[in-house]
Amino acid sequence: MTESILQLKQLSFAFPDKQVLKNLNYDLKRGDFLSIVGENGVGKTTLMRLILQELKPTSGTLDFLPNRQAVPVGYVPQFRNIDAEYPLSIQDFVGLNFAKIGVPWLTAKERQRVTEILTETKLFNIRRRPLGQASGGEKQKAYLAQALLDRPSLLILDESTASLDPVAKTELLDLVKQINENQQLTVIFVTHDIPLARRYADHYLFLSPGQYEAGNISDLTNEKVGEMNNA
Amino acid sequence: MLSYPFMQNAYMAGTLIAIISGIMGVFVIARNMSFLTHTLSEIGFAGAAFGIFMGWQPLNGMLLFTTISSIGVGELGAKSSRRENSITAISALAIGLGILFLSLADSNASYATGILFGSVIGISRANVVQMVILSVSVLVVVMVIYRYLKFDSFDPIGAQVKGLWTRTLSVIFLVLLAFSVSVAAQIVGSLLIFILLTLPAAAAKYFAHTVGMMISVAVAFSLIGVWLGLYLSYVTNWPVSFFIAVIEVIFYFSALVYQRMRA
Repeated sequence: MTESILQLKQLSFAFPDKQVLKNLNYDLKRGDFLSIVGENGVGKTTLMRLILQELKPTSGTLDFLPNRQAVPVGYVPQFRNIDAEYPLSIQDFVGLNFAKIGVPWLTAKERQRVTEILTETKLFNIRRRPLGQASGGEKQKAYLAQALLDRPSLLILDESTASLDPVAKTELLDLVKQINENQQLTVIFVTHDIPLARRYADHYLFLSPGQYEAGNISDLTNEKVGEMNNA
Repeated sequence: MLSYPFMQNAYMAGTLIAIISGIMGVFVIARNMSFLTHTLSEIGFAGAAFGIFMGWQPLNGMLLFTTISSIGVGELGAKSSRRENSITAISALAIGLGILFLSLADSNASYATGILFGSVIGISRANVVQMVILSVSVLVVVMVIYRYLKFDSFDPIGAQVKGLWTRTLSVIFLVLLAFSVSVAAQIVGSLLIFILLTLPAAAAKYFAHTVGMMISVAVAFSLIGVWLGLYLSYVTNWPVSFFIAVIEVIFYFSALVYQRMRA
């Protein structure tokens, strides 16, 4: 049986003026590709912030197994403040994630890992291009490469494909799926795009105001989406 | 020219200032802190005037004021919605205090212009030694936290997700900036200090695409500005800060033209 890496038990979260998540239970297994879907304001981002430990649950628990240190997390947000004049090359941007105190320069082993991940994410040929001049799809791949640099066990794609054209979306998710299957990387893919979730995910967690539903992605039919949204 | 001790001191101090400004400037630009740097230099003016009032070395007064306020200013400026207004208020207070302390100290106008606009002849060997100690301290700390500082400055969202202690880093950076402002003000003066802490780095980002290269180019631009400025000041007897300002502005606009031509 596949081991669990993240367990949510009766997880609830409320802002002072609004209950967002209520008694959420989910058991995330290693190597799963889970898509979290739902309309705006149902708590998808709040759940991500809870997982990233930027927020604390109002009640219930959220546990990494066997412990938090054993489950390094990589996170790819939808936006970053990268304008057209952003100076760092794609390679230098990706290497930022090797952050540690002490030696200011990257070691040979770290440089080798940067090269590996640039190759794996198909960015090697444009590694010297300033990130500010890269296309939307290339930028997202660079964010992905940076998140994967220190070999996380859990990768969170938080609406990461929302601003991309269909070709770039497919390219990015093909890449993530390949790493998910080959390296047993657990993926949480937060999206509004139900067809995209159906195409890549194994399981879904559908959030709607005050309730949720989880299951195999093949069970996420249009009828179910309609029912949940109208509930 | 270099047979005069005051010019030797000025060149030694200027070289240190250029190196520190080039390195710190790259992070100032990446963190969008040009305006805050300008404020710290005005606080430095108030501190130097306070030093004179107390009978201390102006540099010591500057260090005291900029270091204490760097932490407070960082806290006030944390929320972007009120950042500019808070910083403007502090600038106004600092300039007012500076004028008050100078008036209370009953010092002559040349003291005030020395603090505001810098001076070549005012730097003693003891000042140089003090600046070496301060500069080396800044360099050592920057080297130790370099990778953290790089991540937090060039990708704050990534650094936050990684769980770096970004708030503490921000305070450490502001204290380092306070030291750098105090050191650099010795030659270019508190009014024009932001020239060296912003323009060389702002120009460098159009020529280099790694943090290391940006630092190298920014240090080179600063060194050229300071060395050439000191020479021209010696030859013409015009203020050194004027020449440094002109040279760095030329570098910056040339960089913009270069960028436009490549685009």
